[in-house]
Amino acid sequence: MTPWNPNRRAVLKTLTAATVTVTASAALSRPVHAQGAARVVVIGGGFAGGTAARFLKGHGLDVTLVEPNPTYTACPLSNSVVAGLRSLDRQTFGYDGLRRAGVTVVHQRASKVDAEARRVTLGDGVALDYDRLVLAPGIDMNFGALPGYDDKAAEIMPHAWKAGPQTTLLARQLEAMEDGGVVVMSVPANPYRCPPGPYERASLIAHYLKTRKPRSKLIVLDAKDSFSKQRLFQAAWEKLYPGLLEWVSLSSGGQVTSVDPASLTLVTDFDRVKAAVANVIPPQKAASIAALAEVADRTGWCPIDPVTFESRLRPGIHVIGDAAIAGAMPKSAFAANAQAKVCAAAVATLLRGEKPAAPKLINTCYSLVAPDYGISVAGVYAPSDGRLADVEGAGGTSPLDAPASFRAKEAVYAESWFDTITAEVFG
Amino acid sequence: MRRLAILACVMVAATPIVHAAEAPPGASACSGCHAPRGGASGGIPPIAAKSADEITATMLAYQAGEGEPTVMNRIAKGFTEPEIRAIAAWLVAGR
Ligand SMILES: Cc1cc2nc3c(=O)[nH]c(=O)nc-3n(C[C@H](O)[C@H](O)[C@H](O)COP(=O)(O)OP(=O)(O)OC[C@H]3O[C@@H](n4cnc5c(N)ncnc54)[C@H](O)[C@@H]3O)c2cc1C
Repeated sequence: MTPWNPNRRAVLKTLTAATVTVTASAALSRPVHAQGAARVVVIGGGFAGGTAARFLKGHGLDVTLVEPNPTYTACPLSNSVVAGLRSLDRQTFGYDGLRRAGVTVVHQRASKVDAEARRVTLGDGVALDYDRLVLAPGIDMNFGALPGYDDKAAEIMPHAWKAGPQTTLLARQLEAMEDGGVVVMSVPANPYRCPPGPYERASLIAHYLKTRKPRSKLIVLDAKDSFSKQRLFQAAWEKLYPGLLEWVSLSSGGQVTSVDPASLTLVTDFDRVKAAVANVIPPQKAASIAALAEVADRTGWCPIDPVTFESRLRPGIHVIGDAAIAGAMPKSAFAANAQAKVCAAAVATLLRGEKPAAPKLINTCYSLVAPDYGISVAGVYAPSDGRLADVEGAGGTSPLDAPASFRAKEAVYAESWFDTITAEVFG
Repeated sequence: MRRLAILACVMVAATPIVHAAEAPPGASACSGCHAPRGGASGGIPPIAAKSADEITATMLAYQAGEGEPTVMNRIAKGFTEPEIRAIAAWLVAGR
């Protein structure tokens, strides 16, 4: 037997918690847990947390998933919703599938994490004790980082970077815009959710303008000089949307330094750009519970061990998905799902008192440049020098010179991937 | 502790998705695109009906630049032959 035994610890904690429950008011008592199976709490029911909950349950653990929303609205393919090509209903999933899998789903916001006591407190005051915690809360907009931009401004200049009402708002604004209007997008510096996402969105907005409002124009103001799948995107833009889509790089003065919602203006060091429709994708950070749990560092993101996804700052807390600093892995739904499975297996192994083996992870992200024109980027990752690094010789983008049939196939695969992964998480 | 371990095994066996055997490196990612059972027709090629030998042979061919993959050649290159064999065996064992 290993020197430390998590199960013995769990039994002790259960006894302590039982004593607390007796003395606490009925309203504060936590659900009774089956004696035996170790307890894992998962915070956040997105691609990362939903997957983790399902697979932790599959490993025989007692799993409680904490998620405030009764339904989840998925971001992948939501750029098609922005461009009027898809309905938001198809992005929406419930939690009954996870319940059927035996996960206890609690629709509350986690408001506090006590890493010492191994306890999560929910918005309604209920406390959940855990043997291990998986934190998968996604992102928050870093409103402080872009002067003039806050949640009020986002009602006028939507980010649409969390799918839902923001997505609908941006779609409606584009629909209401007169032909001949200027659409302006602002794209942040790395790191942020979905590196190729802004360029997929630019492509599909350009497609919308080309087919519906051909006298209009799209300007993309970027805080970077290079981006994911850049050569593929730019080749496609030249071919499909010449003269319609203008990308302004950092070194050409593309960085937006402030915005003025009242006049729909985006300000750069060199210019003030007035928009008919402004889509401001601001800088981001791990969602606020990460900072409250003290697992986020000064960058606003969460450093983790690349084998177990355990926080480098607080033992017993694992961080997966967009909130984590996952080295070479991008912040994608595919990556979140892959990380969740590795993390769930590692948590189960650790709870048995054993040492998890080094994993390998995969990512594949599809982007649509037009409805029948898909491109992809892939990577394989393994722990190296304490971080998740690219496996040399693997990964990369779709070929630059592929025929239309190849692009059409990857467009179909984008949707096929979405259907399969959402069924795995929520089905 | 022993009883807990037995209990855990029973529970693992009762749930459909997670295999009793620990996934070899990389294997658990496959189901993000390839459903363990069935798979949408016309979409990403299903692997649910393929044998371990077929999966291994296809991945090795993709590594060697053969066949007409879209993305699996780029992914196959991240794995050694023993890793590919282990993944294929695990995928088939979990059905
Ligand atoms: C426009 C766009 C297009 C994209 N396209 C793709 C794509 O094609 N492919 C791809 O792989 N990825 C894509 N992505 C990225 C993908 O959406 C994210 O990487 C993914 O959602 C990350 O999953 P997550 O579980 O970490 O976070 P989320 O999906 O954001 O889930 C986090 C969950 O945690 C909950 N939560 C937050 N705080 C708390 C709290 N305190 N208590 C309880 N719950 C909490 C939230 O309500 C939320 O449900 C895209 C993103 C965007 C914006």
